Amino acid sequence: MIRIVSVIAAVALGVTAVAAHDDVIKERQEAMKSIAGAAKGPGAALKGEAPFDLAKIHESLAVFQKQAEQLKSLWPEGSDNGETAALPAVWQKRDDFLARFDKMAADAKAALEKIKDEVSFKAEWPKVMSNCGGCHKEYRKPR
Amino acid sequence: MSARHVCSGGAVAFSRESKWMGALKRMDRKRRSAFGILVRLLLVLAIIGAAAFYVLTIPSVLPETALAQREPDLVNGVTLFHAGGCASCHATPGQEDKSRLGGGLALKTHFGTFYAPNISPDPRYGIGAWSELDFVNAMLRGVGRNGEHLYPSFPYTSYQRMTVNDVRDLFAFMKTLPPETTPSKPHDLPFPFNFRRALGLWKLVYLDGKAFVPDPNREAQMNRGAYLVEGPGHCAECHSPRDILGGIKPERRFAGGPDPEGKGWVPNLTPHEDGLAAWSENDIAYLLESGFTPEYDSVGGSMADVVANTSKLSAEDRAAMAAYLKSLPPRPGTRPSSQN
Repeated sequence: MIRIVSVIAAVALGVTAVAAHDDVIKERQEAMKSIAGAAKGPGAALKGEAPFDLAKIHESLAVFQKQAEQLKSLWPEGSDNGETAALPAVWQKRDDFLARFDKMAADAKAALEKIKDEVSFKAEWPKVMSNCGGCHKEYRKPR
Repeated sequence: MSARHVCSGGAVAFSRESKWMGALKRMDRKRRSAFGILVRLLLVLAIIGAAAFYVLTIPSVLPETALAQREPDLVNGVTLFHAGGCASCHATPGQEDKSRLGGGLALKTHFGTFYAPNISPDPRYGIGAWSELDFVNAMLRGVGRNGEHLYPSFPYTSYQRMTVNDVRDLFAFMKTLPPETTPSKPHDLPFPFNFRRALGLWKLVYLDGKAFVPDPNREAQMNRGAYLVEGPGHCAECHSPRDILGGIKPERRFAGGPDPEGKGWVPNLTPHEDGLAAWSENDIAYLLESGFTPEYDSVGGSMADVVANTSKLSAEDRAAMAAYLKSLPPRPGTRPSSQN
């Protein structure tokens, strides 16, 4: 009897674990999308397709900082299973991977202080954005 | 009389027999000679075939006289080094310095595994002992220093469009990079792909030997973009599907295709809705500068290495490449739904 209960419990736990990973995968994808969304406005300004808007840029940097901090906790062991583009390296080189979120949050915070006008925006913005590519190259399946 | 008769009878019998024998022998001779003719014919055909193969696969090289005395332009050399993406394959993997061209990157294809060689200026392990003409022939003719055909994993099918002067400037710049003493690894190819001489036939089909010719009806920027994309940039090499012999399908050029290294899909670059129709020239130029798509996804994989190079080009050159890509004929081609 105890055996049956424990088997059921284990299976139930397993199912919840898988379900939980689906949730966490979705959650981190949403966080990434929110960063991409926040990058759009200032990006258009950088390309000269939209006017320079300091308030919007500061807003976006705050989003970067917040999401980078949140993202750190969204890679539990086992969440490489599921509909994810995350490479096994995320879990193999975990310390380096997580440190990259710290760096991104720190860079966003620094830029928030440094960007005061269009000139400082053009100099500082690409530095924050350079965080994305390096990490995706190593830790995400190419697409 | 009777004896004559007998005799003549014998002669009749003999002549009858000899008729038979003669017929048999004639037939035999005929058959034998037919066989002999066939053998001889096959032999001749084999010799003609071998001779034709030999002649058709002779590596074609430029003569010494192709290179007049000239002062190299190192600044232009740097530009071509980045436009050509040399470091993406030849920089030693696993270290940050992209100017160390010790080679070693493995390119796994269904023909076998190619290893990018050491092209640093080391005279023993790299190409330090190569003459300028050797280098020009490698880039424009796909012929190595010892007169051997090079495999088209080295994209001379695109580099052949480059001007001789650009190739010379590139060589002069590469001479300034640090020498590396990593020995080049031989390619790991099964038969028949390890038979280099046969590449001569492949080249007859896929290598036209034509340099880029600017179109006088197009603006200078468009011609510059065409040159960079089709020549040194060798974009089509990954962004086009290939046929069974590894040649680009011309009618599908730039329409995207399966990753030559096996996994995934290389996107369509033509202004078709499957490709870059929704992208502005600015968007394309910005991707080449920053690695970001208009949706602010950042490109990964080999394209991240490409962006590491194109980000070092001038804004004008990136804009020119973007303008040319937008001018391509739109062609359908999208990732199969089974692949994600």
